[in-house]
Amino acid sequence: MPPGRELEGQRGEPTLKPPFPAVSGYMGKPSNVNNVETFANVPVIITKGAAWFSSIGTEKSKGTKVFALAGQINNVGLIEVPMGITLREIIYEIGGGIKNGRQFKAVQTGGPSGGCLTAKHLDTAIDYDSLVAAGSMMGSGGMVVMDETSCMPAIAKFYLEFTCEESCGKCSPCRIGNKRLCEILEKITDGRGTMEDLQELRNLAAVIKDTALCGLGQTSPNPVLSTLDNFWDEYVEHVVDKKCRAGVCKKLMSYVIDREKCIGCGKCAKGCPVEAISRTDYTAPGHKLASMVIDSTKCIKCGACINNCKFGAISIQ
Amino acid sequence: MINLTIDNKPIQVPEGTTILKAARMNGIDIPTLCHFELDGMNFENKPGGCRVCVVEVKGRRNLAPACATDVMEGMEVLTHSARVINARKTVVELILSDHPNDCLQCEKNGDCELQSLTKRLGIKEIPFKGETSTYRKDSTLSVYRDMDKCVMCRRCETMCNKFMTAGALSGVNRGFQAVVAPAFEQNLGDSSCVNCGQCVQVCPVGALTLVDDIAKVMNAIADPTKKVVVQTAPAVRVALGEEFGMKPGEIVTGKMAAALRRLGFDQVYDTDWSADLTIMEEGTELLGRLKKALAGEPVKLPMFTSCCPAWVTFYEKNFPDLLEYPSTAKSPQGMFGAVAKNYLAPKLGVKREDLVVVSIMPCLAKKSERAREELAVNGDSDVNYTLSTRELAHMIRQCNLDLNDMPEEDFDSPLGQSTGAAVIFGATGGVMEAALRTAYEVHTGKTLPKIDFMETRGFDGVKEATIDFDGFPLKIAVVYSLGNARKMMEQVRQGNPNGYHFIEVMACPGGCIGGAGQPYHHGNSDIIRKRMEAIYREDAGKPIRKSHENPEILAIYKEYYGEPCGHLSHEQLHTHYFDKSDKLEATK
Amino acid sequence: MANIKLSEDKVNIIKEIAKSFGNRAGEVINVLHQVQGKFGYLPAEVQEVVAHELNIPVSRVYGIVSFYSFFTMEPKGEHPIDVCLGTACYVRGAEKVLDAFARELNVQIGKCTADGKFSLNTLRCVGACGLAPVAMIGEKVYGRLTPDQVPAIIAEYK
Repeated sequence: MPPGRELEGQRGEPTLKPPFPAVSGYMGKPSNVNNVETFANVPVIITKGAAWFSSIGTEKSKGTKVFALAGQINNVGLIEVPMGITLREIIYEIGGGIKNGRQFKAVQTGGPSGGCLTAKHLDTAIDYDSLVAAGSMMGSGGMVVMDETSCMPAIAKFYLEFTCEESCGKCSPCRIGNKRLCEILEKITDGRGTMEDLQELRNLAAVIKDTALCGLGQTSPNPVLSTLDNFWDEYVEHVVDKKCRAGVCKKLMSYVIDREKCIGCGKCAKGCPVEAISRTDYTAPGHKLASMVIDSTKCIKCGACINNCKFGAISIQ
Repeated sequence: MINLTIDNKPIQVPEGTTILKAARMNGIDIPTLCHFELDGMNFENKPGGCRVCVVEVKGRRNLAPACATDVMEGMEVLTHSARVINARKTVVELILSDHPNDCLQCEKNGDCELQSLTKRLGIKEIPFKGETSTYRKDSTLSVYRDMDKCVMCRRCETMCNKFMTAGALSGVNRGFQAVVAPAFEQNLGDSSCVNCGQCVQVCPVGALTLVDDIAKVMNAIADPTKKVVVQTAPAVRVALGEEFGMKPGEIVTGKMAAALRRLGFDQVYDTDWSADLTIMEEGTELLGRLKKALAGEPVKLPMFTSCCPAWVTFYEKNFPDLLEYPSTAKSPQGMFGAVAKNYLAPKLGVKREDLVVVSIMPCLAKKSERAREELAVNGDSDVNYTLSTRELAHMIRQCNLDLNDMPEEDFDSPLGQSTGAAVIFGATGGVMEAALRTAYEVHTGKTLPKIDFMETRGFDGVKEATIDFDGFPLKIAVVYSLGNARKMMEQVRQGNPNGYHFIEVMACPGGCIGGAGQPYHHGNSDIIRKRMEAIYREDAGKPIRKSHENPEILAIYKEYYGEPCGHLSHEQLHTHYFDKSDKLEATK
Repeated sequence: MANIKLSEDKVNIIKEIAKSFGNRAGEVINVLHQVQGKFGYLPAEVQEVVAHELNIPVSRVYGIVSFYSFFTMEPKGEHPIDVCLGTACYVRGAEKVLDAFARELNVQIGKCTADGKFSLNTLRCVGACGLAPVAMIGEKVYGRLTPDQVPAIIAEYK
């Protein structure tokens, strides 16, 4: 969104550039638009000198960078690190590794305009250029760590939903194109996708990047393209095998009660918001009560029953 | 000058030229959708939103919108690389994926820019399926809105806000839900819309169309108990030919009269006749006000013309404090209706309810003006139906006629004869010039040394002049676009610092010739220019060129009205205006 | 055009706010911000008065109100609930928390409960990613939420 539109009392729609804000911004006057972080660097550069600041970081990306470290990681919060640090150092040293001893799967940097990096990028020195080369970006400075419980097509859809909400609607590639991207991703995560859809995703994403009016649209396909590049197998699983390995895509999974493990306490049925669980007439050997069963046509896959079962009798398949 | 190559062809264009213009100047027609410009008429819509005109610029990361990217020295532009064609097609496919495919029944079938773009790009199927936008259909008496078809080009919004300053339409919502609508997506008729219809004229698709009244007219013609007469406005005759493949600016007055007769109208009359009548009334009113002013009596000056119904609604909604400034003279359409129902009906031996008056107008606002309650007697409107130039063309084709084949015929008498002063009503400055020709001679008692007032002609949005009325410096102004009219009204609120006596206002670009009911010009301002040339050609060719010399006009005053601005003409030929502004009424 | 009907008190509040911004058209967003702060939402009549006071078309005001997600034409509940759907919250299960609120209150997202006590909305990051998943009720932030905590939280406000 261009600076100044809100200040001028307008809808926040991008204007054509040039002219850039530095030439003509708020009220047509030269305007300086930067992130708070950039401005925050100014005093320390003034007091300690440019040479000191430049001594930190890499050849092309000087100084430090603040990241918002979040996600499935033990230590979350804002971190300030020198440019050139590796993802491994951030995730395993500062972040203290993945929560609950799970496996690292991906790290999303740069916010909805950025991309997802994988284990193969763990030792890449992070700076502006290397992130772009890896298919992501510095962007917002967000750094969200994901483990195997995250589904990458679902993550791409999550970001596209955000972009669709934030699209101003001025240019057709962003207004309609992102909507269509999101719909294709929904098809895939619902188990209705085809291999042609994956092809269409790529072409449409590339055209949106190439034709959108502003930075939002030009970068909105990044989560799609980077997950297609780095997690192609997971897309294919959704499309061909109709499986979500992370157990996230509700339409691709069902909740099942193991009748041998079920002691028939009925706690799952009490907690079920849609009354999808009932008692069978089968009592497993060693148990006093008949086991429970889930009617998959009623189940909304909310997960309440799993949380309520103390005997590990309910699983997702 | 800037040197660049477009599709490997070296070209040279002035600095500040866009790639789009540079290409068009060199025979390369890059397709566009949202871009719309009326060259020299102060209208430009360039949001850079549709992305249809994207081109490849060497060294640039992404594709560039040709409409909004200026040329640079050494630039290398490709307008039809595989990357460009794929992107352009995909963008149009996306637009089509959120557009109803009812082209066959669409009002814009054959006139739709999205349709021709689809054809040009060879799009045979739409790969994208998904949610489509649906909105409530809405209509005024002039404009029909089907926003399911909106492509968000924003032309209507720019027209409504920048050119007209009517402020009825705005981009609302955002993302996929974004659309152009009145506040709260209320009915257009409940908004500040003035029914100028220019949103319809500039809409590239069928989202904004006219309200089609052809069937009603056909039914009236078929009704044996009715006598159906028709009047045709000045600007229609210089544009109707375009609908039949004639060159813009072809004058088809005689052929049009012949076609109207063959369509079954009982009498074919001319709004030009009542334009002459308007000059008699309005000119007399002006001279009356000037006389009072010279005598030091309180009087409202400047006087504004009141022929343009969009303008009338505009001041009723926006300047309720200044309603005494515009002339009280009805528009030529209104005057014709009043004369037809009061004077003509008895002459033809029919009751007023059995005389159906149809008008052919270059305008969509006339459809709303026609229905004004004060222009009716006991619920019977003076003008029963108003068709636009485009509807007349449809009707002619529907009735198996071709305007090209028509003989030249005259209008019927007594409401058919007109002067050159009447035909120029169709162009900006024309009403002023016509009024000056008459007012000068009536006021001074002398013959005009030069009949052509070049000061009032041309496409400048605001023209000013001081006319020597035999020693009296008459200060006049001529404006088109309601934005320019608004500035004039604001001057009046500030006490008329420029001392104007008479101001002509027309809402549409170039006046009625650029009206919303005219054949679509698709932003080709040359078409409007050609129509204007034709208007002045028609004027120059007329044996009589001053309204007060029209024998039929002189006759009706002698026989019926007595004198201009007399008792009977006040009753029939003048009107009054209403405060239609928003009121802030606090409740307890 | 419609006549605007609003109580004198409310009209005066809007007039006062518009005046404090010099009745300048460019301040429309600031004016709407403050007016919404007073009334909780921006119904059509309120927008009409704002347009009138700033001398701009009401279509422009509505264009702005319908554009920015901050502005609302729907009254909010006595206790507005906002569940964060930022990335950090999303990967830590914010959707399940949101579902739990919707289920517990029997209310659709974006709507208000029948008794007007609660309204449920989502937002994109409250800047407390370290506490993910996060929800806000009024000004109070609830962090590290799980769906089973939701009934107890709602009970605090009943």
